[in-house]
Amino acid sequence: MALLRNVPFASILACMVISVISMVFRGRVAKVLSYLLSTVLLAASIALSWYFLQGNDAFVFTMGHFGDPWGNELRAGLLESVMASAMCLIVLAALAGGSYMIRSEIPDGKKNLFYIMADLMLAAVMALIYTNDLFTSYVFIEIATISAGGLTMSRQNGRALASSARYMIMNLVGSGLCLMGITILYGTTGHLLMGSLQSAVHSLFENGSYHLPLMASLILLTVGLSIKSGLFPFHEWLPDTYSYGVTAGSALLSSVISKGYIFLLIKLYTRVFGLDLVRDSHICILLFAFGTMGLIIGSLRATQATDIRRMVSYSSIAQIGYIYIALGLGTQEGVIAAVFHMLVHAFGKSMLFLSSGALIQASGGASDFISLRGSARRDIPAGVAFTVGAMSLTGVPLLGGFVSKIYIAQAAIARGGLYAVIVLLGLAASTFLNTLYFLRTVITIYRSDTDAEAAAHAGLVNSLFLCAMVILNFALGIASRPLYNALLSGLNMFI
Amino acid sequence: MSASLADHIYEVASVILFGIGFTTLLLDRNLIKKIIGMNIMDTSVYLFLASMGYITGRTAPIGDGTPPSAENIINPVPAGLVLTGIVVSVSVTALMLALTIRLYRRYGTLDIDQIVTLARKGDEP
Repeated sequence: MALLRNVPFASILACMVISVISMVFRGRVAKVLSYLLSTVLLAASIALSWYFLQGNDAFVFTMGHFGDPWGNELRAGLLESVMASAMCLIVLAALAGGSYMIRSEIPDGKKNLFYIMADLMLAAVMALIYTNDLFTSYVFIEIATISAGGLTMSRQNGRALASSARYMIMNLVGSGLCLMGITILYGTTGHLLMGSLQSAVHSLFENGSYHLPLMASLILLTVGLSIKSGLFPFHEWLPDTYSYGVTAGSALLSSVISKGYIFLLIKLYTRVFGLDLVRDSHICILLFAFGTMGLIIGSLRATQATDIRRMVSYSSIAQIGYIYIALGLGTQEGVIAAVFHMLVHAFGKSMLFLSSGALIQASGGASDFISLRGSARRDIPAGVAFTVGAMSLTGVPLLGGFVSKIYIAQAAIARGGLYAVIVLLGLAASTFLNTLYFLRTVITIYRSDTDAEAAAHAGLVNSLFLCAMVILNFALGIASRPLYNALLSGLNMFI
Repeated sequence: MSASLADHIYEVASVILFGIGFTTLLLDRNLIKKIIGMNIMDTSVYLFLASMGYITGRTAPIGDGTPPSAENIINPVPAGLVLTGIVVSVSVTALMLALTIRLYRRYGTLDIDQIVTLARKGDEP
């Protein structure tokens, strides 16, 4: 069992090593290495989750064996290992389910670079999940930014390049703010490790000194990470980036990278500042308000979209809004609902991106709704996957989205007051709008078409992976209670 | 803590520089100027870190065999952080410059608004 303690460090290291040696291989080998990497890491993370479910306590991995005030640390608990397993699964599914599109979207001779970026991204997300010190998280925030930029600009067309420039600029603004926040926090407390930071921050708050710098760093970190994950007023980069990049890249960006940032924010809130403190500062209200606005505006924009991938991208803004609403409640139930919705959105949205990519391919590369008519009849697995993903995010029972909406509503009612009213109204409005745009799309793709011949059919592997993701989405809805309990005990290990 | 601004001249300067870099990165339309702004912003944070990490009259913790006492040395961690940060910002700058070159070759302009408009108009596959 001592071997399992090396899983967090070994997974980050393995991603780094694989991404470096993929440099000398051709695309095919790099692809196999990426699949292998995410499969092995998935198995290791599941084993780690099992280890914690046996009742073992969370542990800290000190890198270089330096003690508390100096060293770099990784920390693993149940919440981290469950997140890591989910992320590995999504990376595997997105790469395998999107391999058919990667083949046509990226020129030959550059395919291995795409897989290098995917491996690096996995390394960054693993580190963001497991990290226990602020500077490591800053370094991996930047690595995540670089690899995400690489993933979006790997498609060789003008719109992808222009949108990745905008993506990079907004993300650099976000990481600049994060860096300043980390520096101020380090300057006031003298610590970088989350464990000692927590006690330092709390003792500073109790004797009332350095209130302003601590608030400033809290605000800078929050704003920086919410810019990077695409919260409402900072979302302008998001639709273009998700619509014009490589299909698998969009799936990875929306489901893995943005979740890594949000997870880091949750970690900072619970482990460094403490939820009580975050609730007492008014940053929570801001997150709550922006989340609600993002919910409504993202859904409204999605109803206006004329292109399937833009619609899915705008619906991402709405879903990110859900996560921030739950986080903005500032309670433990809210945080768990946020984590649960992160998982639901990650599984649902990656499936939606992949299936919409397959539908676009089945309609000869056109992504407007008129060309997509009848595409689900040409590519049946993709049609089913899209329908299930849409149903999940709308909130149809038996699927993950339904459960997470219930958890968000429960958390809001437990918080009480105006929060409950706003959340319930927002949930109602957004469910209505979700139904509106997803139903229209599902009807469009199943509409009988005059020429129902397959333009280019996705491979068997891709369809198999889409079916596996459909099953996963159902599993998330049906087996939600054990997962909720696991997240709850994971969060208790956090504090 | 009744210190005047003059006592913290480095911190004040670095925050001003941060503001300059931040607004340039966010608001300037020229891609090269945006990258310059990003570098100013990052460098200002390193100045902030380095100035807070330095204590006048103390030296680097490099011993001559005998362990130096804590009163005479400076914590080396801020300097380490600055070095790491510089490496990170160099790699981000390289990536942004490469992207800028590709955009310039394709559209012949560095203005991000123009590039986005041209890309929208071109809409090539």
